[in-house]
This record gives sequence, structure tokens and C-alpha cells, in this order.
Amino acid sequence: MIRNIVKKEFKELFTLSTLLPVVVIAIVFGSVGQMIGNIGERIEEKPVIGVVNMDGGDFSEIAMSVLIERAEVIYDGSDAEEGLEKVREDNGVALLVIPENFSQNIYANHPGEMEIYWIMKGAGMMDSISSGVVEALIQAMNQEISRELIQQDSPVDPALVLNPTTRTETTFFKGKEIEGLSPSQLGNMLGSQSIVIPVVVMMLIIMAGTSVISSMGLEKENKTLETLLTLPVRRSHIVIGKIVGSALVGVIMAAIYMIGFLYYMRSFQISDINLADFGLTLGMHDYLLVGISLFVALLAGLSLCIVLGTFAKDYRSAQTLIFPTTALAMISMFIIMFKDFDTIPAVFRVLLFAIPFSHPMMAMRALMLDNYSLVIGGIGYAAVFTVIMIAVAVRIFNSDRLLTGSVRKRVALGKLVRGLQR
Amino acid sequence: MKAVEVRELVKDYGSFRAIKGISFDVGEGEIFGLIGPNGAGKTTALRVIATLLQITSGSVTVFGYELPKEAGRVREILSYLPEEAGAYRNLTGKEYLSFIARFFGEGEESQNIVQRGLEISNLGERINDKVDTYSKGMTRRLLVGRALMVNPRLAILDEPTSGLDVVNAQEVRRIINSSVEAGLAVLLSSHNMLEVEFLCHRIALIDGGRIVASGTAAELKKEYDARNIEEAFVKAIR
Repeated sequence: MIRNIVKKEFKELFTLSTLLPVVVIAIVFGSVGQMIGNIGERIEEKPVIGVVNMDGGDFSEIAMSVLIERAEVIYDGSDAEEGLEKVREDNGVALLVIPENFSQNIYANHPGEMEIYWIMKGAGMMDSISSGVVEALIQAMNQEISRELIQQDSPVDPALVLNPTTRTETTFFKGKEIEGLSPSQLGNMLGSQSIVIPVVVMMLIIMAGTSVISSMGLEKENKTLETLLTLPVRRSHIVIGKIVGSALVGVIMAAIYMIGFLYYMRSFQISDINLADFGLTLGMHDYLLVGISLFVALLAGLSLCIVLGTFAKDYRSAQTLIFPTTALAMISMFIIMFKDFDTIPAVFRVLLFAIPFSHPMMAMRALMLDNYSLVIGGIGYAAVFTVIMIAVAVRIFNSDRLLTGSVRKRVALGKLVRGLQR
Repeated sequence: MKAVEVRELVKDYGSFRAIKGISFDVGEGEIFGLIGPNGAGKTTALRVIATLLQITSGSVTVFGYELPKEAGRVREILSYLPEEAGAYRNLTGKEYLSFIARFFGEGEESQNIVQRGLEISNLGERINDKVDTYSKGMTRRLLVGRALMVNPRLAILDEPTSGLDVVNAQEVRRIINSSVEAGLAVLLSSHNMLEVEFLCHRIALIDGGRIVASGTAAELKKEYDARNIEEAFVKAIR
């Protein structure tokens, strides 16, 4: 008896529509993981750095021995400009400059001053790993200097042992020269945009998308669609009306969700550095572009959803059909959280650009770094995507497919859609 | 002018031919009944005329407007009541009628349409309740009200009294008749042979996508030597 019920339950529940989302999510996570790279391997890799040692004293020798042992030093000369150029050319992380009086200062019970010029490539979580490795390298260097200080017979200031060096930092990031800030500090500050904005956009797309697909499912389930389609109203107006209505519902739902999420994120915020002090600020026209980017991406997402919604047989199948949009929004969110658009492989860059919702996720950071072409290009692409999707939706609304739900059996996509419908 | 002219209409769903070349006319102020067994092609024919489905071949005109070219104009003058129609569950009955009315007029005109809908549906105070709380019969009355309140020139009614009790069904038939007296053309499909005989001026019997017989109820009964239209129908499709 039980076996019979188990068999029936399994057949009812284990369908393509339940299996496919799980399989694709697994593939998505796997692909994103491959793209992001193995953290362990990257930490173990020797960082590529340049060193300008103008001191020649005991402590700079200690520092140099640590650096040479633990890093791939591609420049060891006396010209900072030349060294910086070399580091840039060789895709390095930083140039460390040890000035003339470095050892002399330490002997005089003053911290040795260093200059670090960072080459920052991206502001994603994974982009800060290499600079983190260099930070660890400097810590190791300090430890060696501290050990040498302790082993000396002469009295030494304990504060100096704890912090034998100080540093002045300059970070070069996408054409900007930011003084007094390391990549990790900058990454932390931009981190709120790396996490909060992608999550906001993802939630907005999913909430609004679910509304529009559900609306199509409900029209069929409640048997209201036929009446709607015989009313004296253009099919394009029905499509646009559904998109705008769903966008409003989606915005309200996402706003409620985000209030809680922002409070949650605020509890992790520890940086009190103001980005505007470093020229990383947005003007009114930038905010306008962010708003347009978000609006167009939302329309693009909803227009995609309404096309998917036309395949919904009822409310339940509509919930399954939201899945492709959710997957695309999640892929965008994860990639942007962990990597910068410029630091991901070209194939993923094309994929990311092709997902219209990814653009508002990247817009704020891109505008802060004056990358207007990415934002404006993204808006243009999302607008074209929206127009094409609306045209496809109107075409489906004008065809029999909306009522009959027929999808050509020979087409592979048709098979997939029928599977999801079930 | 004919309200509906259907000529050699063919409708395919993929490789399945649902309608195999049917022709008929509906005159102004006429109730034309399309009857047949399940899967005969009645609903498909009604959906084609209601601008919902594309034509595979043949021609359909509604008050001179050709389908599908002038589908927009046809939608301005027709009202379609599907067999299994529903209304938006989160709206009240009155809100639903107002929603529909706004497609046919603005301001006072829209209010007048809603008023007509309220009278036809005759749901009393329940009209202010959400559709979700309505019984099947109440929903059907609301939908009949919706279909006829806009003063269409052609009403396509698929099982108009489906789910209604005897009293309400009789009331709906009375409303249809009075609308026809005012010039409305009706294309009707029903399984209720009594209803068809009572309401329809002419009837077409459809089976396997083809019209097998047509005429007035009296003509069909005579042709098939039947006591009633139900018997004529059974004899026609055998």
C-alpha cells in the first residue's frame, strides 16, 4: 500500500519542472565557482610585485629577503616610475618603495617609512585576494624586523617592536589615483555596492517577474484571458499594462524586502571612510543614469517574464516558469559580487553584458570610476532587449499559442517549455 | 447587412483539423445556434469569430469587417462569453463591471454601461463583494451582465446558462431575447436542446468539424422526422 503511494508521489513530484531548476542552479554555482577561481590556489600563489630599495641598511635587507622569498619580484631597481610601469605591464599587484633612511629611522627608535603603490584591478570580493596576500607579506616582513629588534642588545621601544614600519599608500584603480587608501579599504567601501545593489536588483527582478508571470498564469487559471483578448484594446497595450502593473507591485514588494535587508547589511558596516573624500562620488546626472539603468533593466526583465508567462497553463506552472529569469538574475548577482566586470574572462564578460539585469548591478561602481560607456551601452542594450521581447510577446498574444498553449514539438525549446508547463 | 458570414472556414491545430470547411450566416437580430457533440468544433468556431484564433483558410466577416485584418474593429462591436469564463477574483463584482466598461466608454457613458450590467446580473448587495466569494451561478450571472451591458452588435455566447439554476437560466434567456429585439445578433452554443429550441431562430448541427444540417428547429425536426431537436440532433450525427 505504502509502496503504491510512494510510487505515485514520486511520479507526481519528480518531474522535469522540479528537477530542472535544481540541476541548472547546481550548474550555475559550479560555473560561477570555476570562473571565480580557487581561493586556496590564489592565496598560495606568489604575488607579483616590484621593489625599489633606496636604503641598503640592515632592516631593508631583512625586508628584501622576505619579499624575494615570498613574492615574485619583477622589478628590483631604483626608479619608482620605471618600477610602477613594469608592475603594470606584468599585471603585478604593488610596488614597494623603501626610502633611503628606512633602517636609520628604525635604529633611531622611529618606524621605518615605506611607500606602497597598489595596482587595483577590480572591486569584487575575489579581486582583493592578491592585495591581501601582499598585505600578509608586509606583515611577515614586519615580524622579521621585530624579531631582529628584539634580538638586539640595545634598548628598544616596545611600540616600535609592535609596529616597526609605517606606510603611505596610493592605489591606482581604473585610471584614478587614490591617495591614502589601500585596495582592501577601497574594496570594503565599494563592497556595499558589490553586495547590496546586486541583491536589490535581483530581488526587484524576481519579485516583479513573479508578479507578471503569475498574472499570466492567473488569467488562464481564472479563465479571464479569453474575455480580455476580445476587448477593444490593442494587444501591445495589454502587454505594456501588465508589465507596468507588475513593475509597480514588484517595486513595492522589493522595497519592503530591502528595508529589512539594509538594516541587516548596516550591522556589518565598519568603514567610516567617506568615498567622496577620494573623488569617488556620483553627481546628479550619474544618479539619473543609475535610475534609467534600473528602470530599463526592470522593463527588460519583465518583458522576458511576460514572454515566459505566455507559456503558463496556470498559477503553478507560472511559478516554475519564473525560474530562467531567477537563474539569470542570480548568475549576474554572484559574478558581480565576487568579480569586477573588467577582471572576469571574456566569455563571462559577454554573458554578463547579455543579461540585461546585470547593468544596474554594475552601474554605480562603473559611474564612480567614470566608465560611462559600460553604463550607457548597458542601457541601450537593455532597451533594445525590451523592445524585442515586447514585440515577441505581442506576436504571441496575436497568435493561437496564448490560448492553445501549443509549442512545436520539433523545437528543443518547445520540449523544454512543455516540460516546465507540466 | 449580415452580422456574421462564414465561408469555407478551416481551422487546424498543428496536424489536427478541427473545422473542415464550414459556412453559415447570422442575420441582424437573429439568434443562431451551433450545436454538436463534445469536440465537434463548436467552441473553435466561436473562438475564431471572436478574434481569438487565426483562420487556416476560408473567410469570416463580422458586420462587413474581415477577419483577421479588421479584428480590432470587430472587437469594438462584439461581446464573447466563453463556456468556462471567470472574473478577476480580487475585484468586487461592481469593480469588474467597471473595469470592462472603461474599455467601451468614459465618464457618464461608462457609468451607464455599469448600471446596465448591474441590472442584468441582478446580484443585489452581493455585487459589492469580491468575485472570489461568488457561487458558480452568481459568477455566471455577472459574466452574462458583463457580456450584454456593453450593447454589442454581436454576442457570442458559449453555453450562456451553464451553471445556472432554472430560475436564473430563464431570466438570462429573457434578457437575451429582449436584447435581440433591440437588434442584437447572437451566435450561441449550447448542450441544452430545450434552450436551443426555445431561443434560436436557426440552428446548425456540427459534427466532426462539419455542419451536417441546418435550418429552423421546425425544419430540422421535419427533416429528421423527430419529435424534438434533441432527437433530430442524434439522428443527424449517426
